[in-house]
Amino acid sequence: MGELKLMKGNEALAEAAIRYGCDAYYGYPITPQSEVIEYLMEQNPYERTGMVVLQAESEIAAINMVYAAGASGKRVMTSSSSPGVSLKQEGIAYIAGAEVPCVYADVVRGGPGLGTIQPSQADYFQACKGGGNGDYKNIVLAPASVQEMADFVALGFDLAFKYRMACCILSDGAIGQMMEKVVLPEQKPRMTEEEIKANYPWATTGRKRGTQHRVITSLDLDSTRMEAHNRHLQEKYRLVEENEVRFEEIECEDAEYIFVAYGSSARIAQKSVQLARAEGLKVGLLRPITLFPFPTKAIQNLIDRGAKGFLAVELSCGQMIEDVRLAVNGRVKAEHFGRVGGIIHTPEEVLEAMKKQIIGE
Amino acid sequence: MSIEDIIKPENLVYQKSKLLTEKPFHYCPGCGHGTIHRIVAEVIEELGVDEDTIGVAPVGCSVMAYDYFDVDFQEAAHGRAPALATGLKRVWPNKVIFTYQGDGDLAAIGTAETIHACNRGENITMIFVNNGIYGMTGGQMAPTTLEGMKTATTPYGRKATLPAGAGFNGIPCNGYPLRITELIAQLPGTKYVTRQAVYNPACVRKAKAAIKKAFENQINGKSGVNFVEIVSNCNSNWKMEPVAANNWLVENMLPFYPLGDIKVDGKIVEK
Repeated sequence: MGELKLMKGNEALAEAAIRYGCDAYYGYPITPQSEVIEYLMEQNPYERTGMVVLQAESEIAAINMVYAAGASGKRVMTSSSSPGVSLKQEGIAYIAGAEVPCVYADVVRGGPGLGTIQPSQADYFQACKGGGNGDYKNIVLAPASVQEMADFVALGFDLAFKYRMACCILSDGAIGQMMEKVVLPEQKPRMTEEEIKANYPWATTGRKRGTQHRVITSLDLDSTRMEAHNRHLQEKYRLVEENEVRFEEIECEDAEYIFVAYGSSARIAQKSVQLARAEGLKVGLLRPITLFPFPTKAIQNLIDRGAKGFLAVELSCGQMIEDVRLAVNGRVKAEHFGRVGGIIHTPEEVLEAMKKQIIGE
Repeated sequence: MSIEDIIKPENLVYQKSKLLTEKPFHYCPGCGHGTIHRIVAEVIEELGVDEDTIGVAPVGCSVMAYDYFDVDFQEAAHGRAPALATGLKRVWPNKVIFTYQGDGDLAAIGTAETIHACNRGENITMIFVNNGIYGMTGGQMAPTTLEGMKTATTPYGRKATLPAGAGFNGIPCNGYPLRITELIAQLPGTKYVTRQAVYNPACVRKAKAAIKKAFENQINGKSGVNFVEIVSNCNSNWKMEPVAANNWLVENMLPFYPLGDIKVDGKIVEK
């Protein structure tokens, strides 16, 4: 069994990376996720497992280091917070185009621009709808606890290598900074050069004489080939949508009114469900665990089972609500409630919003 | 004796490196890239490290260098090649990692990545081709463009500063040409820093020897960046015929970018 510890979300992410057998972390400090690199440096993972940790000169350099090492079959990750993740978008677009597996965590803070250092979920669009140039998607996992900060490192790497794409752990300042108990996984060994070469024939590990040399690139000036490459990427994203949707339903069996919330908002909405149930209201919570792929069918099934309205609860001015509305497709009411600028909603005001905007007094 | 009698394996005295693919270069006739590609490929072949070499291509004219070298390659975003090389070398310390970049890539958009990879003393080899202009985008000013040199974005010639006392009045000024090689030579993280050229056979031989040393240092595990600048031409965007471009290079580029070793075994070479 794993080891039980009391940790910050950021520290749990870092410790889970070492234990997963991650080969390298390339990062740059930014509040509220600096504990990730601080924890890693303090743990000296090179001594523990041979894992490399490097503080880069910028987020741009860090993501490009991730791109290169990931393209050589190594398990590499980075993390940052919103303005830093904006800088990483160039590299993330190249990673998508060149089909490089990697994991990056975004411990989201308020924006736009330098914004604030308090928690926010205002980068849903950036994480789920692109952010860099071109038609691409990243797998986006939304941890709602310190435990999931740890668990999603392994899940993220498994998915990233299964589909050869970036996996984003979309956290927020609250999940990153809060302390909870966490069961840490057992230490796994890092992959050997032989294992990497056997498992990832596409990886640039140095070509064998007499075999075709490998190229990792997002460039092709031939439009016909580039269209085919884009179609291939879209087909891959469709497979991800078909096979990798993850979500949690809380008190949804008989629910008529349903909160849709992820990350720290889901933790608050879970409390709002309890308050509503105490008042005799049939309220439930749908918590998307994957934001891309979004649990569209889960929402449609809830309507089929009698749901009369949805309230998307987000620390934003309304981003995930667009995906909720696309799923609902006008069949029932779907509205948004959110606090922004670093303010976190209370369970009471969330329930109040449900009553006012969806149930009707 | 007919030509068929002469073309026989036993009469072969020279051939292209086995590490250059059959793909014809897309470079303009007269451009230095072809020669530089050849000597880099020859060095990797002679050192026998092709199975452990990973190259990093830039954005610029040599963006598709990966089509020509028969070794594994990664294509970087504009200016990021030293970050890619860092990311690779740190997880593959026993592999041979080299970057191949032009002046806009290495000394403008990628200045931060260049300086910090050099300052960290990454054990990598960096090939820097300086022709004083942006080639692929059509001849715009580079950080290395000489004062007075006409380009698509300095049509009246590069002006380094405003005239004395002019203040800000809209007169275009573009700053000074950047000798980034001298700059990075000052950093303790650089091991071997040299400036070479390929405009005649003697230069080509010296440049090849320098590139070989830059790879050997890395292979021998001497920590620190091995940096080879090659002053090259861009006859198309300089709007000159190839021979005229090489003559212009000797007369104009070399006085500002003098050839020779700048730093050897971590020590600045006294002139």
